Amino acid sequence: MTTTLPTTAALALGDDALVLSHRLGEWAGHAPVLEEEVALANIALDLLGQARVLLSMAGDEDELAYLREERAFTNLQLVEQPNGDFAHTIARQLYFSTYQHLLYGQLADSDSEFAPLAGKAVKEVAYHRDHAEQWTLRLGDGTDVSHERMRRACEALWRFTGEMFQPVAGLDVDWSGMEAAWLESVGDVLRRATLALPEGPRTGAWSAGAGRQGLHTEPFGRMLAEMQHLHRSHPGASW
Amino acid sequence: MVTATTPLEAELLRLAGSVPDPELPVLTLAELGVVRAVRLRGGDAVEVELTPTYTGCPAVEAMALDIERVLREHGMREVAVRTVLSPAWSTDDITAEGRRKLREFGIAPPRVRTEGEPVPLELGPTRTRRTETGPVRCPHCGSADTELLSRFSSTACKALRRCLDCREPFDHFKEV
Repeated sequence: MTTTLPTTAALALGDDALVLSHRLGEWAGHAPVLEEEVALANIALDLLGQARVLLSMAGDEDELAYLREERAFTNLQLVEQPNGDFAHTIARQLYFSTYQHLLYGQLADSDSEFAPLAGKAVKEVAYHRDHAEQWTLRLGDGTDVSHERMRRACEALWRFTGEMFQPVAGLDVDWSGMEAAWLESVGDVLRRATLALPEGPRTGAWSAGAGRQGLHTEPFGRMLAEMQHLHRSHPGASW
Repeated sequence: MVTATTPLEAELLRLAGSVPDPELPVLTLAELGVVRAVRLRGGDAVEVELTPTYTGCPAVEAMALDIERVLREHGMREVAVRTVLSPAWSTDDITAEGRRKLREFGIAPPRVRTEGEPVPLELGPTRTRRTETGPVRCPHCGSADTELLSRFSSTACKALRRCLDCREPFDHFKEV
C-alpha cells in the first residue's frame, strides 16, 4: 500500500464512514420502532457507499475493510463507540454528522480529488444531520427520563469530539474555522433541546484523540472481529 | 449533461435510457436522469457513464448489468459501464414524464428546487407538516395536508409520509 497524502486522507474519511456504517447496522432488529430501524439502516447504507468510494481511492476496498488489523484503521474514536442506548446513538450521530456535513461542504467547494464524492455525499449527510437534530430535540425536550438519557449520552461522548479537528494530511481544510462552526451548530441544537454543551475536556493525553494515529478504544477490536470474521474464514470467496 | 454525438451513439443512448429502474420499474433510467453519456470506442465497443442517485445505492450494479445486456443485444461486443459522481445527481434530473409516472405509481414526486443547496428541513418535533419548498401532495387524493412520518423509507431516496385527508401513508421521493 502506498502512503501518499491523498491515500492517508481517503483512509481516514473512508474508515470513519465504514466503521459508523457497521455500528449503525448493528441496530437492525433492535431499533425502538420500525421507522427508526429503516432510518438507521438507510444512513448506514449511505455511509457504506461513501466508504466504498473512499477506500477504493486508497486500494482494494475489500482488502482494506476486511484484512487490516485494528492499528491500521485511522477512523475517529467517536465512530467506533458502541451504540449504547438510543440516546447514545443519536448523540454520536449529531456530533459526527455535523462534522461530516461541514467537512464535505468544504471539500465539495475545493479542487481536491475528494470534491466529486463530497459534493454528492454532502446532500446525503444533510438528511443524517437533520435526523439527529430532530431526535436530539425530541429526546432532550421530552420526558424527564429522555432528557436525562440524552444529557448523559452527550456528556459521555464529548471527550471524543476534540480529535475531529486534528488536521488530516492531504486535506486542505480550515480546521479551526470548522471547529468553531461545529461548536456553534451543536451548541444551538443542544440549547433548543434544553440541554447544554458539555463542559468536560474534549482532548487529553489520557482520554481520546488518537484514532487518526491508529490507536483505538477497547470496543473497536471486538467490533472488527465481528465485521471481519466471515471474510477471513472464507478467503477469496465471492457471491 | 447527457451526451451522444453520432447517430449510433444517440441510438445506444436511447436504448440504455430505456432500461427500467430495478427498484422503481415504472421509471426508465432516462426518466430518472442517471445515464449521462454513451461513447463509442471503435466499431463495437461502447462506454456508458452512469451516475448513482445515492452514493450507496445498491441498484447501480443491477442497472449496469441491464444496460450491458441491452447494448450487447444491439450488437455491441464490449460494453463498459462507468460510475461517475460529478456533477452530483439531483432529483431535478428526473424528467416531467418521470414525475408523472411516480405520482401515478403512488409515490409523491420530488419538488423541483430553485438552487443547488440541500433542502432545508423543518425544525421542531419529528412529526410535522411544514415545509419551505411548497407542500408535498398526497399522490392518492392530491391533498396538500400531509405529514412526515420518517425521513427514511423503503429506500434511501424516499421518505415516509401520511395524508391527513385520506389517511393513506405514501412514499415521497425526497429532494437531493
